Amino acid sequence: MKPLLKRLGLDGRSVVTAVPYLWLLLFFLIPFVIVLKISFSTGQIAMPPYEPLLHWTGEKVLQIKLNLGNFAFLVEDDLYWKAYLNSIWVASVSTFFCLLLGYPIAYAIARSNPSARNILMLLIVLPFWTSFLLRVYAWIGILKNNGLLNNFLIWIGAIDQPIQMLQTDFAVYVGIVYSYLPFMILPLYANLEKMDLTLLEAAADLGCRPWQGFLKITLPLSLPGVRAGCLLVFIPAVGEFVIPSLLGDPGMLMIGKVLWTEFFNNRDWPVASAVAIVLLLFLVVPMMYFQRAQDAEAGGAHR
Amino acid sequence: MATSPRATQQKFEPWTDPDAKPYVRIEKVTKKFGDFIAVDDVSLSIYKKEIFCLLGASGCGKTTLLRMLAGFERPTSGRIFIDGVDMTSIPPYERPVNMMFQSYAIFPHMTVEQNVAFGLKQEGLSKDEIGSRVNDMLNLVKLGQFAKRKPHQLSGGQRQRVALARSLVKKPKLLLLDEPLAALDKKLREHTQFELINIQETLGVTFVVVTHDQEEAMTLSTRIGLMNHGEIVQVGTPSEIYEYPNSRFVSEFIGSVNMFEGRLVEDEPSYVRIGCDDLEAPIFVDHGVSSAPGATVWAAIRPEKITISREKPDATDNWASAVVQDIAYMGDMSIYLLRLDSGKVVRVTQPNIYRHAEDRITWDERVYLQWYPESPVVVTK
Repeated sequence: MKPLLKRLGLDGRSVVTAVPYLWLLLFFLIPFVIVLKISFSTGQIAMPPYEPLLHWTGEKVLQIKLNLGNFAFLVEDDLYWKAYLNSIWVASVSTFFCLLLGYPIAYAIARSNPSARNILMLLIVLPFWTSFLLRVYAWIGILKNNGLLNNFLIWIGAIDQPIQMLQTDFAVYVGIVYSYLPFMILPLYANLEKMDLTLLEAAADLGCRPWQGFLKITLPLSLPGVRAGCLLVFIPAVGEFVIPSLLGDPGMLMIGKVLWTEFFNNRDWPVASAVAIVLLLFLVVPMMYFQRAQDAEAGGAHR
Repeated sequence: MATSPRATQQKFEPWTDPDAKPYVRIEKVTKKFGDFIAVDDVSLSIYKKEIFCLLGASGCGKTTLLRMLAGFERPTSGRIFIDGVDMTSIPPYERPVNMMFQSYAIFPHMTVEQNVAFGLKQEGLSKDEIGSRVNDMLNLVKLGQFAKRKPHQLSGGQRQRVALARSLVKKPKLLLLDEPLAALDKKLREHTQFELINIQETLGVTFVVVTHDQEEAMTLSTRIGLMNHGEIVQVGTPSEIYEYPNSRFVSEFIGSVNMFEGRLVEDEPSYVRIGCDDLEAPIFVDHGVSSAPGATVWAAIRPEKITISREKPDATDNWASAVVQDIAYMGDMSIYLLRLDSGKVVRVTQPNIYRHAEDRITWDERVYLQWYPESPVVVTK
């Protein structure tokens, strides 16, 4: 094994670092290239439902047929950019509420007794042990007109008539916040838990009351955790399909639903691929910009 | 043992003046954590402009005592006064006291300048005043050109000075230093010790230093409070602690010492004679001892207070014969480990005065030890 690796010019270290690269190549880059390729092709009623991009015409002549119409179509039809904007809005609001709920929870766990921390974190992760779909269905039972919540509110006398909660934006927000809250809590907890508490003592020593110490020390130092948690919630929430289709208004425009419809109902793979590519660009470009700005600020050597 | 730079200066001994008022008064302070008694009924008086060192092994309660002065811990019982004001239940952010943490606890997301300005901003001072005070302080600790740096761009010694500047800039009545030099390497540590004393004298702030390093305590302090198991076992100047330890624990903790167990065979007010099973001759000490006759006592003799020779001394007291077991050459001095006929090993240090000592005492030679009547210290506990 070893001589073979050496002959190939590899040592153990490069083999180990090759594993994640190989993973990304196989399961990210290649599928991405395939989707990118389909997005430039023309649809047809066949199997597969698109024309090949590359075509050998005659002897050694390679014909490349790029169809930019799919992308042009996304711009022309306002359904698409409305769906994009609405998805980003819904994801942003959900991320905000995840942060609002998740920060105090993560903070409380990180500052609790060390022996209690693992149990509390287990409780946060526990819902993952049941199916995601099942948990979203359970919300239907809670939110529907004669569901748990409405019945409870009527029972305590707060309302006379059931409130329409299912198939509203509210239900979608509840579903997304509920489902993605652990992804906010986990990185925040990891960040807050490793914070050096003598920094807070130093702040108190220099005249900070406890709440001032939180604002001036804990909060700024936890920003990397906030950033990580927000990304982990925001990115999947933008493309979310299951929650809006189960809990939301059927007319609610979400890009995940549009994608599904294009792909399965219309069987228009090229347009569906174009939608996916644009979604990726919407997410990746600002993120890369953000990352670069952050690296520059940290001087590249922040611990 | 390093000599104190204070020795060359004029006498500063407010604790000998019966009219001097202590600046910090710790009165019968006890701190318990559950069943564990971390600090046990400690009373101390510390005077203005002192550098008072709390010295002890880890777990002796010195850090707990310091944290009670800072306000991070509340005494289970007892009181703490600073400048005449009862501070016992005042929270840390309202105390006129600042602390330099062992880990320095520098805020990693702020520049050096912002770190030092932090405490002043908390006081709500004007921008101009903050700016000029931060500037003065950074110049004092020689960090002027590093003001805009982030902590991770600094060396260990520079961070230590940021921590010092940040705690001094608020002009505290009392500065608490928790192992201030422990994280520095030896050369830097020695240099910083002197710098610390200079800064303390320039600003006239009272220092309380916690350390486990006796050399650091000896060099820095006006007085040392030696702690063991939550109690203060002896308070005194470095030389008092070294030359007049009040117990076996103190004499063995500070420096190295040869301890001879024995009984009083002659007990007069002005001298005693101690019979010791390890020695052929009795130990004659030129001071009286308050102890019951026949009781067990210990004579402590420091390694540098014993001389070695090849000739048998012509004396009835204060000598022993031994064989050289080991020699450690340290450059400035040599350490001799000498085995007495009883098997007990005695440690003697001799300065290497001559460069070419051909006739130096060497391994396995029979030698004779001698010391003066004023060299041993007799302790009874």
